Amino acid sequence: MNEISSSNSGTTEPINLMNPEHENADLVQYLTFMMDDEEYGIEILAVQEIRGWETTTVIPNSEDYVKGVINLRGTVVPVIDLRLRFKLPHVEYNELTVVIIVKVEVDGHDKIMGIVVDAVSDVYNIEKQQAKKAPEIGDAENRAYIEGLINVGDKMVVLLDLEKVLAI
Amino acid sequence: MSIDLSQFYEVFIDESFEGLETMEAELLNLQPGEVESEIINNIFRAAHSIKGGSGTFGFNAIAEFTHEIETLLDQIRNGERELEANHIDLMLKSIDCLRDMLRAIQNDEPQESEDAKQLTAQFQAILAEQVAPSGASSDSETEEGEPSQAVSAPAVTKVTNIFDINFTPEPHLFKTGNEPLFIFDDLAEFGELEVVANVQSIPELAELVAEDCYFSWNITLDTTQTEEEVLRVFEWVEDDAKIEVKLVAQFEEEAEEVNDSDKETTEAEAPTQDNELAKESPKSELAEVKVNDGGGVTPPSDKNATASKKEFRPVAGKTKATEKSKSDSSSIRVGTDKVDSLINMVGELVITQAMLNELGEDEQFDHSKLTALREGLAQLAHNTRDLQESVMRIRMLPISFVFSRFPRLVRDISQKLDKQVELTLIGEGTELDKTVMEKISDPMVHLIRNSLDHGLETTSERIAAGKDETGNVTLNAYHQGGNIVIEIIDDGRGLNTEKIKQKAIANGLIEETDGLSDQEINELIFQPGFSTADQVSDISGRGVGMDVVKRNINALNGTVEVASEPGVGSTFTIRLPLTLAILDGQLVKVGDNIYIIPLVSIVESLQVDMNKVNSVGGGVDVLRLREEYIPILRLHELFNHPEACQSLQDGLLVVVESDNEKVGLLVDDLLAQQQFVIKSLEANYKKVDGISGATILGSGSISLIVDISGLVKMAGLKKPGQAGLDFAKPLSEAV
Repeated sequence: MNEISSSNSGTTEPINLMNPEHENADLVQYLTFMMDDEEYGIEILAVQEIRGWETTTVIPNSEDYVKGVINLRGTVVPVIDLRLRFKLPHVEYNELTVVIIVKVEVDGHDKIMGIVVDAVSDVYNIEKQQAKKAPEIGDAENRAYIEGLINVGDKMVVLLDLEKVLAI
Repeated sequence: MSIDLSQFYEVFIDESFEGLETMEAELLNLQPGEVESEIINNIFRAAHSIKGGSGTFGFNAIAEFTHEIETLLDQIRNGERELEANHIDLMLKSIDCLRDMLRAIQNDEPQESEDAKQLTAQFQAILAEQVAPSGASSDSETEEGEPSQAVSAPAVTKVTNIFDINFTPEPHLFKTGNEPLFIFDDLAEFGELEVVANVQSIPELAELVAEDCYFSWNITLDTTQTEEEVLRVFEWVEDDAKIEVKLVAQFEEEAEEVNDSDKETTEAEAPTQDNELAKESPKSELAEVKVNDGGGVTPPSDKNATASKKEFRPVAGKTKATEKSKSDSSSIRVGTDKVDSLINMVGELVITQAMLNELGEDEQFDHSKLTALREGLAQLAHNTRDLQESVMRIRMLPISFVFSRFPRLVRDISQKLDKQVELTLIGEGTELDKTVMEKISDPMVHLIRNSLDHGLETTSERIAAGKDETGNVTLNAYHQGGNIVIEIIDDGRGLNTEKIKQKAIANGLIEETDGLSDQEINELIFQPGFSTADQVSDISGRGVGMDVVKRNINALNGTVEVASEPGVGSTFTIRLPLTLAILDGQLVKVGDNIYIIPLVSIVESLQVDMNKVNSVGGGVDVLRLREEYIPILRLHELFNHPEACQSLQDGLLVVVESDNEKVGLLVDDLLAQQQFVIKSLEANYKKVDGISGATILGSGSISLIVDISGLVKMAGLKKPGQAGLDFAKPLSEAV
C-alpha cells in the first residue's frame, strides 16, 4: 500500500512542475502592488475592491499606521497604511495612491479593511509550493507578515500573509 | 385529499412553546398538598392543547408523552391523588423534555428521546401507586411512535368499547370529495360495525338535487379502539358533518384485576356521553366542561367502583371540543394601538408628501413659496421622527420575557444547592429592545447562578450569621436616561475582597503594592480565568463566566459593575442602551475632528468662568458649578488632537453625566444636533477606548461617538492612583 501511494505522488508532482500554467488546486491568483519600489502580492480572493485615497476620520490614540476609518457604502472600514505598518518611509498621498479593500479573517471573524499602497501592479498565477521562505534576517516582525518569496519572470514578489499583517 | 400540514408546524411549535411556558409558570405556583383548581386547570389546558396539536400533526411521541402528564393532572384535579413535591418536579422535567422534543421537530430530528421514555416510566410508576400492581399498562404505553390505541389496549386487560355514532353530513359532503363508504370501511376494521341509514330527509324527487347528500347514519361500533381513534376516521369530514360519538358501554374482558390507572387513562382520553365536536364555537376549544350523565351524579372518587370485573360501566361524561390551531403566533407580538398609531402616521406622511409634491410641481416657484416649502419640510421631519419612534416602539418588549424564566432557574438551582431562596422580580414591565433582550438573557442566567452559588450562604451559615434562613435574590429593572438598568441583588456574604486580591496577585494580575481600592479589586472578578470558588461545581466555579458576561454585555454597548459589602450582600448592575439602533446626538468639534456626544448624557453646555476653576493635584481642573465640583476632561488631550484649542476660555464645556457622575468635556465648538444610527467600529476594527461606535454624517463622512463612561475610566487609568481622578469617591473627598 505504501509503495503504491508513494509512487502515485511521485508521478503527479513532476507533471505539475513541468506545466506551471496547468489549472490545478495549487495555482493561486495573486494581486500585486508596489510599495517603495518593491512588489508585494496578496491573494486575489481576499480583494473586495480598489479605491482611490480619500480623507479618513481619525481614530484617537491609534497606532500611526491606522489612518482612520472610511465610509464604504454604510460600513465603517478602517484603513491601514502598509508603508507605516512595515516601518517604511512615509510618502505624501497623491492621486495615484490606492486603497485596496480586503476581507480577512481575524480571530474567527471576517473583517473588511483597507490597505494604503503606492500603486497596484499586476495579477499573477502563482504556484504556492514554489514560494521560498523569507531569509531569516532583517526585522523579525516584518518577516512574520511574509508568507514567502517567489520569482515571476526576473522580478521577485513578496507574498504577504494578510491575516497576520492586519491582526491589529 | 391531503393537505400539507407541514406549513402549520411552525405555528404549532410556537404555540406549544408558549403553552409550555404557561405550564412552567403555573407549576411553580403550585404548592405540594394544596390543589388550587384554577392553576391545575391552566396547566391542564396548556398540556391538552399541546397533546391535541401534536396528535393532529402526527407527532405521536409528544402526544403520548403529554398524555401521561394529563392523566396525572386529571387525577390531581379530581382529588384522586394528593399533589406531591415529586409530582411537580417530574412535570417540570417533562416540560424540559417536551421542549427538547419540539426542538427536535424544528430541526427535523426524530422526536423520540431516552428522556421521554424514562419520564414516561416515572409517570406510570406514580400512576400505578395506590393501585394494585399493574405492569401491564406501562408495558403497552411505552411504545413510542405508535398510535395511541396502544394506550388503552393493554396486553392483559382488554377494554371493549361500544360506541354509538351519529354521522349527519352536510348536503355538500360529496362535493368535497368525501365518500362515507370509505369511512365505514375504516370503521369496520376496528371491530363489529352496524350501520343504519336514515332516509327521512330525502325530499320529493322534484326537489332532489342529485349531487347532494340527504342521508345520515347511525353507527354502532363494538371495538377495542379508543374514541380518539374512532374520531380520527372522521378527521377529514369533521368540517362537513355533524359527528356525535357516544360511548354507551365499556367492557373489560379477561381482566383478573381492574387496572385503575388504565381506567383513568381511558377516562381522561375518551370522555363519553354528550361528546360532540363543538365546531361552531372554536373559542371553546380549550374548555373542558364536566357534565353529569343523565341520571345520577358521578362520584369524583369512582376509583372504588372499579373493583368489579366485567362490569357494565357508564362513565361520567365531559364535553370536549376538537383542537383547532390558532394562527396568531409569530415571533413578535404588537399591540393594536401601536399598529394603529403607525397607520395614522403613515397617513400624515402621505399628506405631507402630497403637499410637497404640489409645491415642487408649481411652475411659478418663487420666494413667496419658500415659507410654505420650509413648513412642509418641517412637517416631513416631524412625521419621519414620529414614525421612526413608533417603529422603534414596536421592537420594545417588556423585560418580563427574560425574567419569566428565572423563577424556574432559581428553583432548580436552589434545590440542587439545598438553599432556601426567595426570588423577587421588580420592574418586569420595563421595556427593552428585542435584540438587546435576546442577548441579555445568558449573561443574566450566569449572574443569577453566581449569586445563588457563591453569593448566598448555606442555610446553616445564614442562621449562624443571624440572618433569615431564606436567602433573597432580587432582580430589578428600570429605566435611567437612555439606558435600562438591571440589578441582580443578593443578601449573601458579599465578595471576599481579600481572597480576590490574593488570587489576583497569584495570577499576576496585580501587584501587592498596587494599592488598589476594594472596589477596584472587586472589579477584577471580570478578568478572564478568575474564580475564587474553592470547589468547582456544575453550577459555577469553572473560572469561565464573569469575563464572558462582561464581554457579552460590552458587546451590547453596556456595562456591568459589582458593588459588594461583606456579610450584607452584593449587587451586580447591568446597564444597557435601550435600543441598539438610533440615538440623538450633539456634534462637537475637537480640532479638525467631529465627535458625537449622545444627547441623553448631556446635562448642559457652558462657557467656563475661569474664576470658578480650581486646579487640584495632578493637573486636574475642577469647575465649581452651583453646588457641585465637576472635573474637567480635555477631549483633545484624551484623544490626542494637539491642533485643538487648548485653553478653557476659548472652548466650551459640555457637562455630561455618566454613572451618576458629572464631568465636563472641553471641546472647541458645538455643532448641530442630529439623530444618528450607531455603526459598530469593532466589526472591522477593534474596541477603541472612549469611543462607543461610529456613525455616518449627512456629508457621508464618518464621525465617532464618544463613550462617556469609557472616557471617565480612561482619564482615571491614565494616571493611576492620583487623587482627584478617582471618580468612584465622592467629589467632596477629592477636592
